[in-house]
Amino acid sequence: MIKIEVDMDLCQHYGQCVFEAPNLFKLNDDDKLEYHAEADDSELENVEAAVDVCPMQAIRIVE
Amino acid sequence: MPDALPVVIVGASMGGLRTAEALRRAGYSGPVTVIGEELHAPYNRPPLSKDVLSTGVSHEAVAFPARAATADVTWMLGARAISADLEARTVTTDDGREHPWRALVIATGLRARRLDLPLIAGRHCVRTLDDAMALRDELVPGARVVVVGAGFIGCEVAATARKLGCEVTIVAPGADPLIRPLGAELGAELRRRHEAHGVSFQLGRTVAAMLGESAFEGLQLDDGTIVPGDVLVEAIGSECNTHWLDATDLDLTDGVLADAALRAVSTDGTVSHDVFVVGDIARFPNLLFDGVARRVEHWNIPTDTGKRAGAVLGAGLAADGSFDEVVAKGFTPMPAFWSNQFEMSLQAYGLPGLGAGDIRILEGELSGAVAVGYYRAERLVGVVGLGLKAELLPYRQEIAAHAAS
Ligand SMILES: Cc1cc2nc3c(=O)[nH]c(=O)nc-3n(C[C@H](O)[C@H](O)[C@H](O)COP(=O)(O)OP(=O)(O)OC[C@H]3O[C@@H](n4cnc5c(N)ncnc54)[C@H](O)[C@@H]3O)c2cc1C
Ligand code: SF4
Repeated sequence: MIKIEVDMDLCQHYGQCVFEAPNLFKLNDDDKLEYHAEADDSELENVEAAVDVCPMQAIRIVE
Repeated sequence: MPDALPVVIVGASMGGLRTAEALRRAGYSGPVTVIGEELHAPYNRPPLSKDVLSTGVSHEAVAFPARAATADVTWMLGARAISADLEARTVTTDDGREHPWRALVIATGLRARRLDLPLIAGRHCVRTLDDAMALRDELVPGARVVVVGAGFIGCEVAATARKLGCEVTIVAPGADPLIRPLGAELGAELRRRHEAHGVSFQLGRTVAAMLGESAFEGLQLDDGTIVPGDVLVEAIGSECNTHWLDATDLDLTDGVLADAALRAVSTDGTVSHDVFVVGDIARFPNLLFDGVARRVEHWNIPTDTGKRAGAVLGAGLAADGSFDEVVAKGFTPMPAFWSNQFEMSLQAYGLPGLGAGDIRILEGELSGAVAVGYYRAERLVGVVGLGLKAELLPYRQEIAAHAAS
């Protein structure tokens, strides 16, 4: 199990993460980020990709 | 035993780090050595000209998180590569040591271009964490800051310095800031917004002379105007760190030429199978637009090129037959860029510069939130949004759709 944390003070709702891990991140109807705080290990590569593309470096994988 | 030789990555920043990670992801478990001139482990540069200048600069605040998969990578920090021999397969560092490699990754990025002026106190540029720390100490309230250059870094530093209470003047040769990347209308609008925050401009001007014997006291411009100041920030663009490759036969016209698999290309067109290029320094073709090789200094490019180079190199080293398939996948990264200046958040996708001849307002208006489109031959090749976020994503899709067509 991977635990994901997004610092919502940093997040600018750009939605880059949505392209990398669409199962876990989405922009809601108000264009605000929503995400799953837990993900299956099989998503690790996608979650790391989301971490990598976030311009605000707002996403963290917490061990 | 050639198998024991490491993959050597030169340049310990975002591009080098992402390549090392991708090599591990591709299953390569052999030795990896990263040689980097800076003493800091890889960190994120964009904050250096933005809030980190105002909220306090530390490595901790900007470092990329270390990952378990790359825990066994050897980091040789504080070591500068001075030459490479692609036939003998070695890199030599400034301590005189020679490092043999089985594959070489060029990730040495850019350095700030400097004005050709005497080295005195008060002159700054912003490329590295150390640069930002040195500048931070001088951005005290009331300090008179002269920024030369009105590109993204110049405008961001100006905004940050202004927020810190400095008196800020931007000197630049163009008619407005950011015209080259964004076009005249958006440039003029950004200038108006900077001016509304109290930033002064000296536009259409170049630097004629610097005032001050041992410390910076101001600039004299080409029309004789004197701009007094305490701090000089040079934001006049960058130069590629290719010196250490001068003795090779690689094509070093504007960075290092690479093919779509990020393999280095020689002046005679030969594609290397064991030398790769990633990040700001890579001039590579992107079929999202056309086959023309270009350097793209956007933040997502070190990550995209690093992942691609690591995957191709990893497949080559694995020799499990996957190589051709991996190379054939193609490489069409979507350039993504953003900039924060005062309350303005600017976000861009694609290559606006390619569509500089046909700029259209897609939605909103310049004085408020706006999306500006850049067209080439009636195709959207770039979009810049001011004060828009998710609204830009459909335009991003539209640019991406061309790659498939
Ligand atoms: C102040 C600033 C703000 C930015 N803001 C934004 C932004 O808002 N949005 C955006 O999209 N992009 C921005 N960028 C651009 C982005 O940061 C770069 O695209 C990115 O850092 C490039 O990464 P890189 O790994 O290719 O090269 P670099 O980060 O330049 O790293 C190259 C590394 O190689 C080392 N090196 C060089 N020569 C040698 C040698 N001979 N031997 C050993 N090591 C060597 C250097 O010391 C350096 O650490 C900004 C850049 C700066 C400087
Ligand atoms: S990429 Fe980062 S800033 Fe953008 S929506 Fe995702 S978490 Fe927020």
